[in-house]
Amino acid sequence: MDRHYVRKLPAMWWLRKRTYLVFMLRELTSVFVVAYALFLMVVIWRADDPGSFSGLFDALDSPVGLVLHAIVLAALLFHSITWINLTPKVLVLWRDDEQVDPRLIAGANYLGWAVASAVLAWLVLK
Amino acid sequence: MAPTDSDLSGRPVVMDVFRFLPDEETEPRFQRYEIPYRDDDVVLDALNHIKAEVDATLSFRWACRMGVCGSCGMMVNGEPRLTCETFVNEFHPEPIRIEPLAHFPVARDLVINMEDFMDKLPTVKPWLVPADPKPIEEGEFLQSPAQLAAYKRFSMCINCMLCYSACPVYGLDETFIGPAALALAQRYNLDSRDGGKAERANVVTSHEGIWECTYVGDCTRVCPKEVDPAGAIQMAKLSYATDWVKSMLLPGG
Ligand code: SF4
Ligand code: FES
Repeated sequence: MDRHYVRKLPAMWWLRKRTYLVFMLRELTSVFVVAYALFLMVVIWRADDPGSFSGLFDALDSPVGLVLHAIVLAALLFHSITWINLTPKVLVLWRDDEQVDPRLIAGANYLGWAVASAVLAWLVLK
Repeated sequence: MAPTDSDLSGRPVVMDVFRFLPDEETEPRFQRYEIPYRDDDVVLDALNHIKAEVDATLSFRWACRMGVCGSCGMMVNGEPRLTCETFVNEFHPEPIRIEPLAHFPVARDLVINMEDFMDKLPTVKPWLVPADPKPIEEGEFLQSPAQLAAYKRFSMCINCMLCYSACPVYGLDETFIGPAALALAQRYNLDSRDGGKAERANVVTSHEGIWECTYVGDCTRVCPKEVDPAGAIQMAKLSYATDWVKSMLLPGG
């Protein structure tokens, strides 16, 4: 093979295009999803012993705690919405020779998300 | 005030073109050309004007000039595009920066080396592996419109390589089989006449195959034929994963 010129991707390649950045954010926000899920699991696991948490809950019930929650909520929404919007690409269904409308598949995911959130909210707030 | 049409047509088209002459230079450079503006020129016309009237040493590929052959792909202002379908007036009077398709080794000027893709393509067996072979005398394999629709979109590929230039996974790791080849594998897997899905599995589901795809999705955005390679790869992931679960639950079935 003759001499070729080979170009290398710069380390910051994901800042070069909006689509790359959205992808990177979708991947990075998954860390928030996992971290907050673990946090919630610990809370539930120790729920019968409120004493061990009083300090933590006081800390969360503060401006810093609220800001942290707002950040986690934003990351979770970004992750969930970009993720659900991709589901119709993965799941392509056919019904009687006709492709099921991709919006229906994403819609079903949104519906599932809303129902699960409503049930959880009811359990927590009742 | 925004420039009017007559102002624009009076101004030359400014092209900053990537140049690399392997026998004379070790590093590429950009060369600026200024050529007369014509409203209906595509970027490929502008390059042909340069080659014919200004600088015959400039090398680039093209053939059909109608978005069919897939040979005129280049980076136009950083985006992989078919230059025969990209109008100069989309950018004029801003300078237009032309580079060879990203992620591929540059052979000369705007000409890339795509041997890597040519080597990978046959490994996914992009041809019909008949499910039930039958002699020619028994006639053709019939297919309903719905069976055709199941894979048609993924069969429109013209091997233009824009998707490889858009894919950062391929840019970071050239062993990745990549969007067009994997989309073609899925195109045959979805074909009602095909029975080669299991044969394709060892390549398609290898580390360099579908599982290396992280679904950035830019391949689908840049594809000039609306093939949706990213969608094809995600469908393949689900389909092969389902097969695997079934094989675990029903051994021997
Ligand atoms: S999938 Fe689209 S972008 Fe990729 S090679 Fe085929 S036609 Fe070109
Ligand atoms: S010259 Fe054939 S696709 Fe552009």
